[in-house]
Amino acid sequence: MRWLLLKDLQILRRSPLLVALLVVYPILIALLIGFALSRGPEKPRVAFLNQVPASASKINLGGQSIDVTKYTNQLFQAIKPIRVHSRAEALDKVKSGDALAALIIPPDVTQKLASGLQPARVEVIYNNEDPLKARLVDQAISSRLAQANSALADTFKDIAAQDIKLLLDGGTFDLFGRTIDILGLKKTKTILDATIATLPKNSASRIALQQVTQFAQLAIQNLNVSDQVLTTVSNPVQVKRIALKGKRVPLDAFAVAVSVTVSLMFVTILLAAGMLALEREENAFLRLVRGLVSRLGLVLEKVVLAALCGLPVAVLMMAGISPFVSLDWSHFPLWLAALAVGAVAFAAMGVAIGGVTREVRAASLMAFGLSLPIAFLALVPSGSVSKGVYDLIGAISAIFPFKPTLDAMDHALAGSGTDMLLPLLHLAILTAAFTAIGRVALRRFA
Amino acid sequence: MASSDTATSPAPTGEGALGAANLVKRFGDREALRGVTFEIYAGELVAIIGPNGAGKTTLLSILAGIQQPTGGSVHRPAGGPLEVGWVPQHPAIYSKLSVTENLRLFARLERVADPDAAVERMLDQTGLHERAGDEVSTLSGGNRQRVNIAVGLLSDPEVLLLDEPSSSLDPRQRERLWEFIGGLTERGTAVVYSTHNVAEAERYADRVLVLADGELLFTGSPRDLEQAVGARDRDLDFESAFVTFLHERGH
Repeated sequence: MRWLLLKDLQILRRSPLLVALLVVYPILIALLIGFALSRGPEKPRVAFLNQVPASASKINLGGQSIDVTKYTNQLFQAIKPIRVHSRAEALDKVKSGDALAALIIPPDVTQKLASGLQPARVEVIYNNEDPLKARLVDQAISSRLAQANSALADTFKDIAAQDIKLLLDGGTFDLFGRTIDILGLKKTKTILDATIATLPKNSASRIALQQVTQFAQLAIQNLNVSDQVLTTVSNPVQVKRIALKGKRVPLDAFAVAVSVTVSLMFVTILLAAGMLALEREENAFLRLVRGLVSRLGLVLEKVVLAALCGLPVAVLMMAGISPFVSLDWSHFPLWLAALAVGAVAFAAMGVAIGGVTREVRAASLMAFGLSLPIAFLALVPSGSVSKGVYDLIGAISAIFPFKPTLDAMDHALAGSGTDMLLPLLHLAILTAAFTAIGRVALRRFA
Repeated sequence: MASSDTATSPAPTGEGALGAANLVKRFGDREALRGVTFEIYAGELVAIIGPNGAGKTTLLSILAGIQQPTGGSVHRPAGGPLEVGWVPQHPAIYSKLSVTENLRLFARLERVADPDAAVERMLDQTGLHERAGDEVSTLSGGNRQRVNIAVGLLSDPEVLLLDEPSSSLDPRQRERLWEFIGGLTERGTAVVYSTHNVAEAERYADRVLVLADGELLFTGSPRDLEQAVGARDRDLDFESAFVTFLHERGH
């Protein structure tokens, strides 16, 4: 096997263009997939018209000054604004396709917000020629407006809470430039209790004042919990996030796992399939299996060759990516184990393809034809398709090494060695199965 | 020796290098070889001729150990291990490797005691010293075939089997090939080759084995085959004599 391995490496060394394509192409594909996974869609271009005068951008609520531009700036995080100066210009931008939508803030927004009596309205005008982009704009604007609404509701709640506290504890209150003293319910009750104590027991005034003080007590007790009530009203549903299973690593690290697994898959499958088919194309197969090397030995040699070539490419890719994505290199032994076992499983799949196709070109075509759909199927998230289709996708993904290699890499990046064992066992079973297919396929090689 | 209903001429004298006894090969219902028996002697050049589908390649594959016979056996008449070199029809060498690298690789895989010495010997025999460092892909068809044969000879076998060795060569290359093979037989190597080129069998072979429908119909020299059909009386050349022979036996 040693001499065959050296021979294959020598052949690869003499084929620099093939090797370059074999390495560069998968890396490019992998990087594109990783980039697509780790980055969201581009911000939609939205014409933005703010009709609120600069002098009126601040509103006063309960003595608090709120700058509305803070919320428009938040909105700009989700869109790429094109500032326009009139409604007509905004409409033109949308009609011409320069902007996907127009967002118009009318001049009375701040007044309505300050009054607290009627809701403020903003206007969104869509270009619906591309429904996908229109939905993207709608989602971006709606989500940011919801955040702004929530933030304003919080501010209103805080103001209301302050007012209630003033009602309870007393203090001062500014109204139209005048400072007004507020006694507060607690002090009122204290004064009343002191007054009642001075009155005769059967006094009619005492009975009446006792009713007032009981009301004050009840009001104090209920208003004490008003802050919690207001919080519940302003934010009735809160989200508690619990991850039951799945990815343990950040999205960027998961994108690294996908990218590296895709590269490993392409390099090893193509190499194993191509190099096995090459033995037949060079007519050397029969000469080799005429006692020089066993058929199983030949298959295993190609598995080892492809895994040995694919593994360094994957490791180098990890090293190349690491300056851009935070990776914990203390888990390197786990990465290496996941990549090594994955490489062997992909290589076994490659020899099965090479054995079945028997020609280098057909093997390459089939390797490409199978690899891409397998990778994409394995990345379909649950819930995006019906349960039946998802189960079918799961079953298909389970018979190819991409998904278990990705799972193993996912756990390896998270440093979870014990969780890697199941995908590694899965890969070992697939390796045995694909090697057996490759060996049986050699019967048709002669 | 030949089976009972096979036309034979006296066998050449010399040490037996390879024997085939009652070889049968079936592929499902189809019988590719039907009880083929013969013996090859040291230094002999034997051509296996026959129409398409006669079983020539199947017979060579079994002699080379690539296929197992359904029945019968291949043996070394003198006993001991059978040393057979095999040269497939199309060069079975790596086009991206040089002549030397190919020879050294197969010498190592053959577990030749001294691979470098074996490579030197083969470069000498094939006259390819000047092209030793060249990639095989840059060689002419004739030179590739020489490398192909050299690989078959690396283990210095007693018998060399060649499957249609001259089929892809031009006349000049063929001439040089047969000179080379002649040199091998002079050194005592038995050479067995299959061919469609009946004229080549007549010109170079010491003996021909005529196969048809998996049956060995004749074993003897080309002159013996001509005599078997009375070629001289009927003014037939060797090719016509061969066709007449097959025709008279129902093929």
